[in-house]
Amino acid sequence: MTDLATYNFAYLDEQTKRMIRRAILKAIAIPGYQVPFASREMPMPYGWGTGGVQLTAAIIGPDDVLKVIDQGADDTTNAVSIRAFFQKVANVAVTTRTEEATIIQTRHRIPETKLGPNQVLVYQVPIPEPLRYLEPRETETRKMHALEEYGLMHVKLYEDIARNGRIATTYAYPVKVAGRYVMDPSPTPKFDNPKMHLSDALQLFGAGREKRIYAVPPYTDVVSLDFEDHPFEVQRFDKPCALCGAEQVYLDEVILDDKGGRMFVCSDTDFCEDRRAHGHVGPMLAPNGLAPNGLAPNQEAAE
Amino acid sequence: MSDTPLLKVKDISKFYGSRIGCRDVSFDLWPGEVLAIVGESGSGKTTLLNCISTRLLPTTGSVEYHMRDETYRELFRMNEAERRFLMRTDWGFVHQNPADGLRMTVSAGANVGERLMAIGNRHYGNIRATAVDWLERVEIDADRIDDQPRAFSGGMRQRLQIARNLVTGPRLVFMDEPTGGLDVSVQARLLDLVRGLVNDLGLSAIIVTHDLAVARLLSHRMMVMKDGYVIEHGLTDRVLDDPREPYTQLLVSSILQV
Amino acid sequence: MATPLVVSEVFKSFTMHLRDGIRLPVVADVSFSVAAGECVVLGGPSGIGKSSLLKMIYGNYAVDAGQILVAHKDRITDLATADPRTVLEVRRHTMGYVSQFLRTVPRVAAIDVVAEPLLARGVALADARQRAGALLAQLNLPQELWQLPPATFSGGEQQRVNIARGFITDHAILLLDEPTASLDARNRAVVVAMIEEKKKAGVALLGIFHDEEVREAVGSRILDVSRFSPRKSAA
Repeated sequence: MTDLATYNFAYLDEQTKRMIRRAILKAIAIPGYQVPFASREMPMPYGWGTGGVQLTAAIIGPDDVLKVIDQGADDTTNAVSIRAFFQKVANVAVTTRTEEATIIQTRHRIPETKLGPNQVLVYQVPIPEPLRYLEPRETETRKMHALEEYGLMHVKLYEDIARNGRIATTYAYPVKVAGRYVMDPSPTPKFDNPKMHLSDALQLFGAGREKRIYAVPPYTDVVSLDFEDHPFEVQRFDKPCALCGAEQVYLDEVILDDKGGRMFVCSDTDFCEDRRAHGHVGPMLAPNGLAPNGLAPNQEAAE
Repeated sequence: MSDTPLLKVKDISKFYGSRIGCRDVSFDLWPGEVLAIVGESGSGKTTLLNCISTRLLPTTGSVEYHMRDETYRELFRMNEAERRFLMRTDWGFVHQNPADGLRMTVSAGANVGERLMAIGNRHYGNIRATAVDWLERVEIDADRIDDQPRAFSGGMRQRLQIARNLVTGPRLVFMDEPTGGLDVSVQARLLDLVRGLVNDLGLSAIIVTHDLAVARLLSHRMMVMKDGYVIEHGLTDRVLDDPREPYTQLLVSSILQV
Repeated sequence: MATPLVVSEVFKSFTMHLRDGIRLPVVADVSFSVAAGECVVLGGPSGIGKSSLLKMIYGNYAVDAGQILVAHKDRITDLATADPRTVLEVRRHTMGYVSQFLRTVPRVAAIDVVAEPLLARGVALADARQRAGALLAQLNLPQELWQLPPATFSGGEQQRVNIARGFITDHAILLLDEPTASLDARNRAVVVAMIEEKKKAGVALLGIFHDEEVREAVGSRILDVSRFSPRKSAA
């Protein structure tokens, strides 16, 4: 291999890492505040997780263990690619087991397993500004954050209720961090919002295209916005995971055949595997044998 | 009758280079008083209004406001957060073009409720009930509460703008040509509404208008501006019925009788 | 207060800037007073300045010199130099004015036009409307008209609304500018009776009455305004 093919550890040069770390420190010092940073050209285009990748690259060390998930799954294309990227440029250990990871980079989901004090969760964020769709002017939104003028955020929720009878926002649900800044938690389902509150882990958020980093330090208050008479509620699923029987977890819908067959399974693949490894089974894997597309699939389709 | 002026304007001047926007304007405004600033295009009346309402920084002069805690604060010494808070709670600003003072893509109810939400109201039912109440007070059908102002006529938009401004019970309202651009019949209705609200709520108001009939109907006092200067001021009916300055006499005599 | 209104050495002229600054003197060196309970009639030929004098006293016209002293809230206030707030306060509490023509506000019902001076004094809406109704009934204004805005009323009907509005309060001073001009005999008599009531109540009245009969009936004395005319002959 020629010199051309060698990378600096974790791809970014040390000066860039230093710049990003400074931004991270500032973000941790001001929870929920969007810190501008000099986002670099990465070997994947904008919209493919460059913010998250830069954060991971800035904090990862040779002893870290990295897990990458995309919508809760370790085995989708993006998760696989990013994991492979870090294996190549940092030569770090990787895992799919949540408990074993020190850094978890995620797109749009928080793992079901409770995170511990030595873990960092790195979120990929498309649009960091929670007010963007209500107030397109950056000059105005900056002032609103600076002056804590968040009436407009509640206007959005009011409109939801007026139009739909309830707050219809189901992902990227705005939260108030440490009682001060309103933040977009990235397009995670609102189901995951409670996990952000008083977490043992450090949560870092990176938006590469928009060039912003923000953070929620451990044990920080993260409160979802709501109205007194329309309190924040998470989604409820009627049925457990078809494979492992887990309840109160976020389920994905999987289409089984072209006859309308589908099943609902854990979005967090590691969580599901772990449960099955411990002997939990769901209705789909009932002891009386199965062939996923032979057994009357509609009967366990959760409505 | 209260003894303390609500607003003390001293020597306000605004220059654009060597051009005079407005010059040496001073007056006091008391609670419940409506002051009309009248003049033709280029007289400086809108510049003056913007300076007093802190939307423009004057070149010289000061504006003091009697806060709810009974202290006087110099408005241009306040920081931006305080000024913006004042603008949202104790003051109103009604723009000539209602689209400038409304969120056009958000429902009427949300437009009225926004200020309440901005000061911390978190009860949807109450906010909505207050919005319904205000829509009725400005004579907008309550069942339009979920419609967007884009679907409203000009007169309705203007009335919505007024409701949006008054919902937090401001003590001082600035109006920039509130009836400009409206049909005559619509104007009459709006003026009567404003008159009624000002009376019922004991509001102070500063209204910029080029229409002397609006001044006659709504204001207690009047200031006539020309080329940036206040050339005459006093009791409205006195200035209109017994104008002393040449320009005022010209203005008054120029009104077409119907 | 025995003499609620004192006019002292008042001078007024109009300067018509649109007519090359012609100066039209109106009145010169006006001095008189009106005592409580009396009705002083301003006399003199048409154009001599009677209406203008009433307007000066009400603050509607400015004066060039002199004083207009009004007993207001246990103090003497000079309306000639008072600031607008004070003038409005005097009008609200102490001095009423029945003008010659009713200037109508769009959309306000006749009964509310009449009730308004009481509302401005803090009287409850229901009470104010009741008293307004009583006065309109006294003036024979048909009840069907009470809820309508007066803009479309006849001259006489408008005048009665005007009178009711002026008489509804208990102001210490009342200025009347041709209050019976458009009225028929029956209603003129009603107005005469109302003026008598005010006199008995100790109100100081100053009025212009074109109708001689009314003048005779209510006037305590006549003040000839030609005395104060700077043009010693009628216009």
